Amino acid sequence: MLYSILCYNVESIVGAWSREHDDAVMKAHFDIQEKLVQAGKLGPVVRLLPTTTATTVRAADKPVVIDGPFAETKEQLLGFYVVDCDTLDEVIDLAKQLSIPPGAMEIRPIRYFSQANLPATRLREDR
Amino acid sequence: MNDMSWIDAALSAARPHVLGALLRYFRDLDTAEEAFQEACLRALSRWPVNGPPRDPAAWLIFVGRNFTLDELRRRSKQEALPVDELLAETEDEDQPDLAERLDSSHYRDDVLRLLFICCHPDLPATQQIALALRIVSGLTVAEIARAFLVTESAMEQRITRAKRRVTDADVPFETPGAPERAERLNTVAAMIYLLFNEGYSANGGAVHVRVPLCEEAIRLARLLLSLFPGNPEIMGLTALLLLQHARTPARLDADNAIVLLEDQDRSRWNRGLIAEGLALMDKAIRHRDIGPYQMQAALASVHARAARAEDTDWAEIDRLYAILEALQPSPVVTLNRAVAVAKLKGPEAALAMIEPLADKLHGYFHFFGVKGAWLAQLGRLEEARHAFDRAIALANTAAEASHIRMHLDRLLAKVR
Repeated sequence: MLYSILCYNVESIVGAWSREHDDAVMKAHFDIQEKLVQAGKLGPVVRLLPTTTATTVRAADKPVVIDGPFAETKEQLLGFYVVDCDTLDEVIDLAKQLSIPPGAMEIRPIRYFSQANLPATRLREDR
Repeated sequence: MNDMSWIDAALSAARPHVLGALLRYFRDLDTAEEAFQEACLRALSRWPVNGPPRDPAAWLIFVGRNFTLDELRRRSKQEALPVDELLAETEDEDQPDLAERLDSSHYRDDVLRLLFICCHPDLPATQQIALALRIVSGLTVAEIARAFLVTESAMEQRITRAKRRVTDADVPFETPGAPERAERLNTVAAMIYLLFNEGYSANGGAVHVRVPLCEEAIRLARLLLSLFPGNPEIMGLTALLLLQHARTPARLDADNAIVLLEDQDRSRWNRGLIAEGLALMDKAIRHRDIGPYQMQAALASVHARAARAEDTDWAEIDRLYAILEALQPSPVVTLNRAVAVAKLKGPEAALAMIEPLADKLHGYFHFFGVKGAWLAQLGRLEEARHAFDRAIALANTAAEASHIRMHLDRLLAKVR
């Protein structure tokens, strides 16, 4: 069964890690990733850039574009796309098309990306 | 992984938030600092035992505040101080949840107030920087003194003077209003920019104590940006610092002498910082509200995007300087634009561009530096040598002088 693991943490603390501590954390993660790759279990792994680089598109008849991350707690994280676009405007366009009221799509540029090695799930069940 | 280093990072990260809240309660910098220190001491002994709290900042505010309330009550019994006049918002002390929620709603204003106090317009820039490093970043006086190559007592004096001036100015502790906020924001941004340049301009033996100033400046810029996530000039300032600092690993050679941009080993540039800087510029551009920090960051972006020096988009740099010439005309801007023109159209066109600036820039080292280089390229070696001689006479640092001497050596090698 496929899962996504959504990593939450206190950004100001992670940002205050010393370089050594950050390297140690990343190394520990890479070691785990290696094992998962060997077991054929690893999909895309993403470490995002800081929330100060985020742009949020709020769903509405005319979607609203806001600087900053999606910070509300009423809604929950329901999915996670990784896309390859040439400009921020292109991604915002996509997000507007994908957004469904009363939700929001947070766009965050990716700092680190690792190629997936799992087959795609079926979009529809066979009848 | 070392569990204790998590705690250090948590205490350091929480500092602006916690100190800001304690300042709101007690309206005195030294009281707030003492409360924060006490809370940190208790965290260092409790957290390894009980495990980390869910909200470290809230825990520290709660403990710091109660410690100070106890102290004030104790002192008022001894000295008959009017305790109530010193305190604010004490009704919620028995309800930690309510206190926590109030603190969260105050977060932005608390941190902003702290920044505004350090960057009070009455303070000279040197005092603003010292105060910000001591109060917001939490560097010790000794650390700050070392970074600015002064004695500890001299730095102590600078900070004390700054604090006194702030107290004398009777800084209001109410939430900064919108018009004042915009004005003071410029002062904070300028302080951060100056702080960064203090670190960035270091070379030689002072590098290892000064370069960390770049990191503090970036941390403050990111903090400011988190308070004003939609402000394009703050995005520009942060991007500029990130893009410049990204080059630090390649900027110095084995002797800690400066390596020019065109000669740097770009594989040593920090790609993560570049990615973050470029992402911020993508966001800033969408506001169509250009300003000086965004302009400088845009110029830095062009260099950041070039895989090798030869790949630099000089046409884009020329275009950006043309905009800058219209926004903030100055002979130095035209001089910098001429560097791009030299790459695009050759040294003759560049020389023609800077000739009218000769009067205004007669005392400027770089004017003669580039003039000499272009004359040399055109084979006008005697004139080139003359320009280089003028440059050496105007050099401000040993690094600048030795850079020109290197040009002179090359020139003399051609003549022979």
